[in-house]
Amino acid sequence: MILVLDLCYRENSLSRDEFVRPIERHLQNAGTPFATRHYTAVGAPEIEAADAAIICGTALQDTGFAEHPERFKWLSEFKRPVLGISSGMRVLAAAFGGGIEPCCEIGMTEIRVLVPDPLFAGKEDFFAYELHEQAVQAPNGFISLAASDRCLQAIRHHSLPLYGTLFHPEVRNEWIIERFLKLVGTAQ
Amino acid sequence: MPERERYAVTMKLGVLFSGGKDSLFACWKSMQQEEVVCLITVVSKNPESYMFHTPNIRLAALQAKAAGLPLVEVETAGEKETELEDLKRALFVAREQFGIEGIVTGAILSVYQATRVQRVCQELGLWCFNPLWDTDQEAYMDELISAGFKAIIVGVFSAPFDASWLGKEIDRHTLDELRKIARKHQVTLTGEGGEFETFVVDAPFFSQRIAIEEASRVYQNYNGVLRIERAGLMEK
Repeated sequence: MILVLDLCYRENSLSRDEFVRPIERHLQNAGTPFATRHYTAVGAPEIEAADAAIICGTALQDTGFAEHPERFKWLSEFKRPVLGISSGMRVLAAAFGGGIEPCCEIGMTEIRVLVPDPLFAGKEDFFAYELHEQAVQAPNGFISLAASDRCLQAIRHHSLPLYGTLFHPEVRNEWIIERFLKLVGTAQ
Repeated sequence: MPERERYAVTMKLGVLFSGGKDSLFACWKSMQQEEVVCLITVVSKNPESYMFHTPNIRLAALQAKAAGLPLVEVETAGEKETELEDLKRALFVAREQFGIEGIVTGAILSVYQATRVQRVCQELGLWCFNPLWDTDQEAYMDELISAGFKAIIVGVFSAPFDASWLGKEIDRHTLDELRKIARKHQVTLTGEGGEFETFVVDAPFFSQRIAIEEASRVYQNYNGVLRIERAGLMEK
């Protein structure tokens, strides 16, 4: 079961359909069981039962999740595959001590792959949809996987399948989610 | 106000509004979560407008009246980049007059439109909501009809839509026909690819419905519009 984490400003918010539902639909189409929880309502049973987690993005102005770093401490002990998308990358990095810096990108942006990784195998560059005002600084123990001209775009833990992408793979780059699901299958 | 308190109260939103089914459905969705305080239209004088041209946009005022919502209406010459300045002006007016904290759009697939609207919102510090983004088109069209929206087709811009489509209401029967066409041709079920455009004559939150009293058709070679010449409000 994949735990889908909703970071939006309120449980069942108006942003849910934009940032969480597209991920749920990909999982449904792939026949992958999942459970969605708002970050304020996720408990130990769901975390323990999860084979992997996908942390969804939020609206540009929606940064309420960042006020509650204590709610994401479990990520540093999770050790199973994680894909943090945009705000989700920020949350993942923060759980390992990574910071942020101002960098606003909105719209399709060229991404360059920096080092080989199963998630981006066979791709040297591609265009991806961005919606962020802050970039993420890679925490210690994380590898920089991809970048745009302006900032870091993807990271991975050096030994665990913990991924963060600053861009939104669910928009025009669904293949990345499919590859992540393959990695989850391999990790199980 | 601390973030936690701010998120506990509903937000005041303006809906970027074309008069078609997507923006009105997005409006209805938003009303279930937040407070919609106005509708916002950008009226383009350019029939080739990248963002804002739509037949019958002048009737937005009548729809706003039916919905009991004020309308912020701004004109644009409709040139590719300056029309974004006009959108910004419209959002600025909506913020000044109605205190909007964010806007809602009916965007489904268009990264081009979504990107531009997001950028303008970012410049103004407004939230941007796209509740139909990447929606399941089949489920959306089904919910549109079930919820009581009455949308008619007022523009066709693609094969195989002939003149008989102009004025058709999107009901179950029409949806079946659209499904067949979507399967066979390269068209989206929702018309998001610009294959057809709609005008909403009734919605669950309208206190009155729109009666079309006079309309004219212009059609040639899979391109046509139903121009509503005269319309009024009537009891539901």
